[in-house]
Amino acid sequence: MEVRAVNVRKEFDRFPALHDVSLDIRSGELIALLGPSGSGKTTLLRLIAGLERPTRGAIFFGDEDASHRSIQERNVGFVFQHYALFRHMTVADNIGFGLKVRHGADRPPAREIRRRASELLDLVQLSGLENRYPAQLSGGQRQRVALARAMAIEPKVLLLDEPFGALDAQVRRELRRWLRDIHDATGHTTVFVTHDQEEALELADRVVVMSQGRIEQVGTADDVYDTPNSPFVYGFIGDSSTLPVKVEDDQIWLADRPIGISAQGFAAGPATLFFRPHDIELLDGCSGCIAGTVVSSRRVAGTRRVELEVGGEQHRVEIELPVDHPAAQKSRVAFRPRKWKLFPTETAS
Amino acid sequence: MTPAPAQAGWKFRQPSVIPGFGLTLGFSLVYLTLIILIPLSGLAWRSAALGWSDFWRIITDDRTLKALEISFGTALIAAAINVVFGTLVAWILVRYRFPGRRIIDAMVDLPFALPTAVAGIALTTLYAPNGLLGKPLMALGIKVAYTPLGIVIALVFIGLPFVVRTVQPIMEEIDKEVEEAAATLGASRFQTITRVLFPGLAPAIVTGFALAFARGVGEYGSVIFIAGNLPKVSEIAPLLIIIRLEEYNYAAATAIAAVMLAIAFAMLLVINLLQSWSRKRYG
Repeated sequence: MEVRAVNVRKEFDRFPALHDVSLDIRSGELIALLGPSGSGKTTLLRLIAGLERPTRGAIFFGDEDASHRSIQERNVGFVFQHYALFRHMTVADNIGFGLKVRHGADRPPAREIRRRASELLDLVQLSGLENRYPAQLSGGQRQRVALARAMAIEPKVLLLDEPFGALDAQVRRELRRWLRDIHDATGHTTVFVTHDQEEALELADRVVVMSQGRIEQVGTADDVYDTPNSPFVYGFIGDSSTLPVKVEDDQIWLADRPIGISAQGFAAGPATLFFRPHDIELLDGCSGCIAGTVVSSRRVAGTRRVELEVGGEQHRVEIELPVDHPAAQKSRVAFRPRKWKLFPTETAS
Repeated sequence: MTPAPAQAGWKFRQPSVIPGFGLTLGFSLVYLTLIILIPLSGLAWRSAALGWSDFWRIITDDRTLKALEISFGTALIAAAINVVFGTLVAWILVRYRFPGRRIIDAMVDLPFALPTAVAGIALTTLYAPNGLLGKPLMALGIKVAYTPLGIVIALVFIGLPFVVRTVQPIMEEIDKEVEEAAATLGASRFQTITRVLFPGLAPAIVTGFALAFARGVGEYGSVIFIAGNLPKVSEIAPLLIIIRLEEYNYAAATAIAAVMLAIAFAMLLVINLLQSWSRKRYG
C-alpha cells in the first residue's frame, strides 16, 4: 500500500513539531525516518498510524484520505520501542489478539487464529514459545513477538518506532538483518524510525533525513551519503570535517591562501567547506593545499585519525590516514580533499 | 536462549553481601511472636480449655452462626462493591485532570483517619428512618439503618480507601503504549479496557479486595451504631464477642473469636495463593 503525507503540520500546545511535511512512500518499500531527537520523526510515524491527528494536511493510504479514519480502521501494524506486549497474555494470545477482537464474520475461528499465531512464530523464529509469558522472554525475543503481533492483522503498512532502541548492540545488528529478510519475504510497506544512521543506511531502501520538524533530504543510502543537499545532512550522516572558507575569483580561499580547489559556479563570499575525513589526498609540498599542525592522533579500528590545527584562526579538522602511513609521525601535514561540498555561510549566523 | 529451569524444592534466597540478614530476621521473628503469635495462641489455648463438646455447642449455636454469617456476608458484599467503585475512583484520579482532583484524592483517605465510631454515628444520623437519606429511602420502602444493608454501607465506607490505594499505583504504571498497541490492532476502547487493562490490574484488585474484606470482618466501631444489633438479624460477630465478655463468659467469647480467626485466615490464604499464582505468571 502506497502511503502519502501531504503538507502535514502538527502542533503540540501551539509548539510546532512538524512544519509542512510531504512524503511519498512507495508500495512495498522499506523506508527509514532518520534524525536526532526532537526532529519530528516519531511524530510523523504516529500521524501515519493515526495515533495523532494532523493540525493541517492529510495522510493518504493509496488514493484514500485516511486522516479522519480512526486508528482501528486504518489497519496498520505498529511496533513500539518498549514492545508494549500484553503481559497477562501468552505469546500466542498476544499474537492472536488483533484477530480475536474482530467482530462477527471477520473473526477467524479459534483454531485458525492459533494456526496463524504459530505460523508467525515460525516466521520470527520463535517456534515453541507459544505458551510463554512476555516476562519470560529476552528483549530481542519480545520485540520479535511484537512484530509478529503487528503482522497478524495483515496490515496495510508496518510502522516501527525505534524498534531496536532498547536492545544491546549485538542483538540490534542481528535483528536488523533479520528484519530485512522478513521484509523481503513478506513485502509489507514498512516505515521505521531510528536515530542510528548505521541502522538506517544499512537497512532501508530509502532514508528520510529529518531535522527540526522538516524533511531535509530523501534518498537512497548512496544519495544521502555522497550527495547531501544541506549542511545538516552532511554533518549528520557519516563523519565530516568543516572549514570556514571564502570564495573569490572562482577559487576557494582558506584565510589568505587558495587551497587549490576550483569553485567555479559558486557565488563569491563566505562559505563552509565540508569533506569526509577519509576522502582526502596527502600532498608533499604545499602550493594550493590545506596544511596544518598535528594536534593529536588516535588509532580507530583499522585507521588512524589525525586532528590538525589549520590556519591562524585555530580551526581543527580531522583526517583519516592508513595506520602505517608515515605522515602520522610528522608534525605538519598537507592535504587536499578529494571529494568535498561547499555551502554558502548564512549571513545570519 | 532458554532460561534455566526453575529450581525445585525449598531454598533460602541467597542473602546479599551487605550484612543484616540475621539481625533483621531475628528481630522480625521476635516481634511477630510478641505482637501476633502469643496473643493468638492465647486465644486458641483459652478456647481449647473449653472442651470439644462445649466448644461445638457454642459455635453451632443459632445466634453465633447467624452473627458469623452476617459478619462475613456483609464484609464480602461490601468488599465486592468497593472493588467496583474503588477501581472507578482510582481510574478517575489517575486518568483525568480536573479541578478538585487533589481534594478528592485526599478525601479518599478520610475513612483511614476518622474514628470509626464517628463514621458510624454520622451514617446512622443520615440513614435513620427520619434522617436526610433515610426518610426518602423509607418512602421507597427501603430500610437501611438497623438492617444488614446498613452494615454493608458502613463497611463500604470503611473499606473504600483500601481498594483505591492498592489499585491506584498499579494503574499509574500502565504504559500508554499498551493501550495504543491494542488500538492499532483494531481493539475498540471497550475491548481495550476489558481485555487489556483490567486483566493487568487483576492482582492489585484482588489485594484491594482482600484488604477491604479483612477490614470489614474486623470492623466494630462504625457498624454497631448503624446495625441496630438485633440478634440473628443485624448482630455482627465482633459485637457478640463483646456481649459474651460483658457476661464474663470468656470461654464463649474466645470460641467465637477462634472460629472467626480460622475462617478469616483460610480466606486470606486463598486470596494470597491466587495472587502469588498470578504474579508468577505475569511477572
